[in-house]
Order: sequence, then structure tokens, then C-alpha cells
Amino acid sequence: MSQTAATAGSVPASTAVPSEQYNYEIVKKFSIAAVIWGVLGMAAGVWIASQLAWPFLNFDIAQITFGRFRPVHTTLVIFGFGGNALFATSYYIIQRTCQTRLYSDRLSLFTFYGWNLALILGVFTYMAGITQGREYAEFNWQIDILIAITWIVYFWVFLMTLLRRSQPHIYVANWFFMAFILATALLHIFNNLQVPLSLTSPHSYSLFSGVQDAMTQWWYGHNAVGFFLTAAFLGMMYYFVPKQAGRPIYSYKLSIIHFWALVFLYMWVGAHHLHWTALPDWVSTLAATFSILLLLPSWGGMINGIMTLSGAWDKLRTDPIMLFLITALSFYGMSTFEGPMMSLKSVNALSHYTDWTVGHVHSGALGWVAMITFGSLYHLIPRLWNTKIYSLRLIYIHFFLATIGIVLYIVSMWVAGIGQGLMLRAFDEYGNLAYTFTESVVFLHKPYMVRAIGGGFFLLGMLIMAFNVAMTILTAKRTVPVADESRATAASAS
Amino acid sequence: MKHESVETNAGLLIILTLAVISIGGLVEIVPLFYINDTIEEVEGVRPYTPLEQRGRDLYVREGCYTCHSQMVRPFRDEMLRYGHYSLAAESQYDHPFQWGSKRTGPDLARVGGKYSNEWQVQHLIQPKSLVPESIMPGYPWLAANRLDYSDIEQRMIALKRVGVPYSINQEEFAANVERFGEDVAMMLDINRAEENLIAQAQRENFDGDSTFISEMDAIVAYLQVLGTMVDFNEYSAGHFAEFR
Repeated sequence: MSQTAATAGSVPASTAVPSEQYNYEIVKKFSIAAVIWGVLGMAAGVWIASQLAWPFLNFDIAQITFGRFRPVHTTLVIFGFGGNALFATSYYIIQRTCQTRLYSDRLSLFTFYGWNLALILGVFTYMAGITQGREYAEFNWQIDILIAITWIVYFWVFLMTLLRRSQPHIYVANWFFMAFILATALLHIFNNLQVPLSLTSPHSYSLFSGVQDAMTQWWYGHNAVGFFLTAAFLGMMYYFVPKQAGRPIYSYKLSIIHFWALVFLYMWVGAHHLHWTALPDWVSTLAATFSILLLLPSWGGMINGIMTLSGAWDKLRTDPIMLFLITALSFYGMSTFEGPMMSLKSVNALSHYTDWTVGHVHSGALGWVAMITFGSLYHLIPRLWNTKIYSLRLIYIHFFLATIGIVLYIVSMWVAGIGQGLMLRAFDEYGNLAYTFTESVVFLHKPYMVRAIGGGFFLLGMLIMAFNVAMTILTAKRTVPVADESRATAASAS
Repeated sequence: MKHESVETNAGLLIILTLAVISIGGLVEIVPLFYINDTIEEVEGVRPYTPLEQRGRDLYVREGCYTCHSQMVRPFRDEMLRYGHYSLAAESQYDHPFQWGSKRTGPDLARVGGKYSNEWQVQHLIQPKSLVPESIMPGYPWLAANRLDYSDIEQRMIALKRVGVPYSINQEEFAANVERFGEDVAMMLDINRAEENLIAQAQRENFDGDSTFISEMDAIVAYLQVLGTMVDFNEYSAGHFAEFR
């Protein structure tokens, strides 16, 4: 059995061209949306990073001040770039691994419009000052309902497609996608329990307050990382890494163990965002304990992914897509080591509230999430349009720009976070505070400039990708007659 | 049971996954609603007045939580810099909580009374004019915008639904008099919300401009009450440690 599960989506036996047998149109739409939101979301990120380095960039304009614009950045990169990429890859992977067409063209199209409408509405409402004031859940209650409906339809399409599979086994990538869909539904609903002022008012108040509200929010917040930004992207990894490497997954057993351990443990760790707060100590101790345990399944996934390449290491020299995928796994391993370390109470006392956290998030978000997505999209897009990538060279350039950008970003945030943490807890020889808060802000200026530049590198890479993708699609369209001809030949031959 | 049965049965996969992902939240969140020690009893903590609550709404609107925390931790440096560490009770009427996760600026849990109203107004309009090194954006529109309090009653009713003890009838009012004293109970009366809001804005005249009630009046009213409700002199040094 491990054979069937290990070979990710083998070539379907039927003679039909994949783009006709499967619903590739919806995958194309989501892929393009992911690239567009990626550009916009990362541009928003560079913008707010620049505001911190050069505050005049706020221009005293309410709609673009840091406080209102930061959710625009986080929403567009997490839900715009990440979310659309997940829809695209999950719809692709489930069709390929189940060897069946997506359950419903219309419903999957509904998920496309529902999801992207929510994003557009989110951007404008944030800028207008309509927000729930909950990190990564700033969407107001009406948009929350739109998202919930879209998500339930997504679940339905995914499940019905799964039930129509022509393979007895559900491939491992789909376990991760299923866990991600279920957990996200649970988290989204419980963290957005709100009482609106009226049915027409965009404003509402959260059902819970204080301690319970904080706990619910960070249970959500950390599992948005755990399921949206990790489990789902592991699903992506479990398909595209073996495909690109042309080898089966390293260990089938490891994938079972680390799947169940990961989905079980993640849900416990949210409270490590609330160490030393008014949250009862027992909760944050539990969270810290489980955070340490989480290192094991996280590294299980990393090892399973990287070792898949064993015997084909030479591909790292010749294949830039493989570079993206393996570097992503390396960053995944690094940030899932850093995370448990930061969840230790003594480390957290220094790191919390500082830029170290921001750096940590970005080593995961840029290094793991974005890199695995870039690799997957570079693999996916030529196949969707039945063509070759426009420029392999540009993928290399993108890879190096992205890597330089991440290194600048993470290192500057380590300096900023650890530096500020140490300054704020320093005492002079008389036992007074050695620095004022303002002095620590002055210290942050240089790291903030480096961070903005690092983000700029990463954005530049993303722009090159957008260009490369656009040219690939345009070239494919121009050569359509040729492709049709070859298809006709293939059909007559069979 | 072999794992193969999970891999070949979507229903089983879904049920098992749901069970496994529910446990963590159930164990860590549900008890917080039932264990009494989670929020200690503290004298002085009260719901916000209508003007303060509108100020809080603006605090949320502008995304202040993206740079400022409202949670002093029990460390020596934080006690020296900000004051007594935050108690759970101090945010018990906060819908949503605004503890924050990042201090690009200082913690604000106890900023109330630390600066004068004039300082706060000037600082919000142009932070650099008072703190030249500051990287905080200016918020000049707060002073220019008239405060919209047309929906203040609706807001208080919504907050009442989620558990804030604002009163709407005589019975609830009497309960509030008992609990918070008459002066505070008056401020928590939804029927008097608009009247109370206008009276507080005119009486305390936070922005120094008595011609109209600006958003600045509301947000400064909120900032000035932050962390001031509990009188820590009433409690012995180690009193709150047992609740941690």
C-alpha cells in the first residue's frame, strides 16, 4: 500500500489531456490571484516597514497610517497570497491524487469569488477604520460570515471530490489539507463570535472579554500559523517535493506519525503568546510544554521532505525549483526550532513584545510559506498552461533575491529584538532603569532600515516572478495552435 | 485498528481529525470560564463611561494595538517603567481585549494620569513635537473630526449583551448602585448615555476646545482612565501573587 500512497499522483491512465480531464481553469484562477495578492501584500509590507524606518511616510493620512495598514499587509499575504495559493494547489492536488475531476465547477468558482471578494472588502474596510481589533482576524462580522460560507463550500467541494476518488487510498497531502480545512473552520467561527450593533452596522463587540478573549484570540492566532500556514503548506510539500524530485516520499510511517502529532499538539500552544500576562500560569505552562513537544513532529515533516531528495541531491545544482522547495524546508526546520525556544518562559520574557517575534514570524512566512509556494507555483504554472516556464534564469534570480531578502530581514530583527529586549531590562549601578523607552526606539532605526531593504529584495523577487509567470502564460497562449496540433496527433495515434 | 482504515475512509479521517484538534482548546479555554480564580475580585474596576468607551472604539479603529500593548508583566523593569503589573480584572470589561503583542511604542496599560490632557492632545496631533525621536504617526484628524455618538445607546446595549453591566431598567440600576456606588451607576445607565457623554466631554474638556465634542475628547478620556481604576495602596504587596 505504501507504494500507492508514496507515488504522488501518478499519470492518469486515460488518454484525455489532463487539462480537459481535470478542472484546471479554477486552479489557474487561484494561481494568478495568489501572484497578484503576493505582489500587493508584500508591497504593503515593504510600505509599513518603511513607515517604521521613516515615519514621515505616514503623511498624516488616516487610511494609510501604520495602525490601519498593517492588517492590510497581514491579510493580503496570509489570506491573499497564502490562501489563494492553498486553494490553487489543494484543488490541483486533490484532482491529481484522486484521479478525478473536481466535484463541482460552479461551487469551486463560488469559492474563488467569495474568498477574493472578502479580501477586497477587507482592504477597504480596514483603511476606513472598520476592524475587530483582533490580529489576523480583523475582518468585520459581515465579511466573517462571507468567509465562513465560502469555507463551508470549500469543505464540501473538497470532501465530495475526495469521495469520488478512483484510488482506494487518500494521499497524505490530502490529510493535511483536510485537517487545515476543518481546523480553520473551527478557529474562524469561535474566534469571531461577535455581537453586532445592528444588522446593518459594520461594527460589533467580541462575545468574550479580557482573559478569555485573549486566550481565544491566541488559540486562533497561533493555529492560523499551525494549520493555515503550516499543515496546509505541508500538504503542498507532500505533493510537489516528490513530484519535482521524481522520487517517492522518504518515509511513509513518518508521515503518519508526524501528521497526527502535529494536528494534536498545535492546538495546545497558542497561550505561549500570553506568557507572563494576566492569563493563569497553568495555561501558559501547558502551552510552553506542548510547544517544546511540537518540535518533534515539525522536524518529522522537515526530515521527510528533505530526505525525499536522497539519491537525487544533484538536482539542487540543476533545478532552481528544487532549490526553492528544499530551502523552504530548511527554513521550516529553523523556525520550528526557534519557535519552541521562544516559547520558553525565560526566553519569552526577553523576546515577547519585541521585533524578535516579528523576525521569527517572517522566517516562517518568507522562508517556509512563501518559498514552498514559489517552488510549487513554478512547478504548477507551466503544467496548467501546458507549456514551459518562460525563463529558468529568472527563477534563479528570484531565488537569490528572496534568500538575501530573508537573511537581511531575520538578522536585522534579531538585532532589533534582542537589542531592545536587553536595553529595556538594563539597570544602572544605582538600580535605576538604564535606558528610556525612547532610547530603545532610536536604537531600532538602523535595523528597521535594513529590514525595509530586506523586504524590498523579497518584493523585487516577487515582481520578477509575476513577470515570469505572465510571460509564461502569454507565450503559452501564443503557441496554443501548436499544442492543439500535438494533441490531435496524440489522439489519432491512440 | 490499522492506519489503512483511516486512509481509505474519508468520514473516519474527518471524525478523528476533529477529535484530535478539539482537545487542546477544550482543555485550555473552557476551564477559564469556570475557575473562579481566573479573574480575581478587585475593588474599583468598573465598565467604561460612554465617552471612554467611544474613545476605546477609536483606539481599536486606529489599530493602536499594532504598536502598543496594554499588559504590564511582573518584572522589575516593567514595574519601574509602567507601574504595577496588570491584573486580569482590569480588562474584564474589554471587548475586545487589547493586550497587544508588540511594543513598537511603550505599554499603555497604566498611561492614565501619566501625562496631562494637553500633552496627550499635542502628542496625538504631532508626536515629534514632544518626543523628537518618536516614530509614531500623527493623528491630526482626531482633533478635527466631530465625535459620532449617535449610536452610543446601541453600542452600550450590544456591550450589555456580551456581559458588561450597563443598566437599562430600575432593577439593574439599583444593582449597579450597590456594586459600584451611585456616581458610577449613573454613568452606566444606558438611558442617560448621550447626556452623560456630552456632560463628561464638556466638564473635562480634554481637547481644550469646548465648541464641539471631537474624537480627541473621547480618545484622551480613554487614555486617561487606563490603569487608574484600581488603587493599589489598598492591597498588601504580595496580595495579587496568589492569583498568578
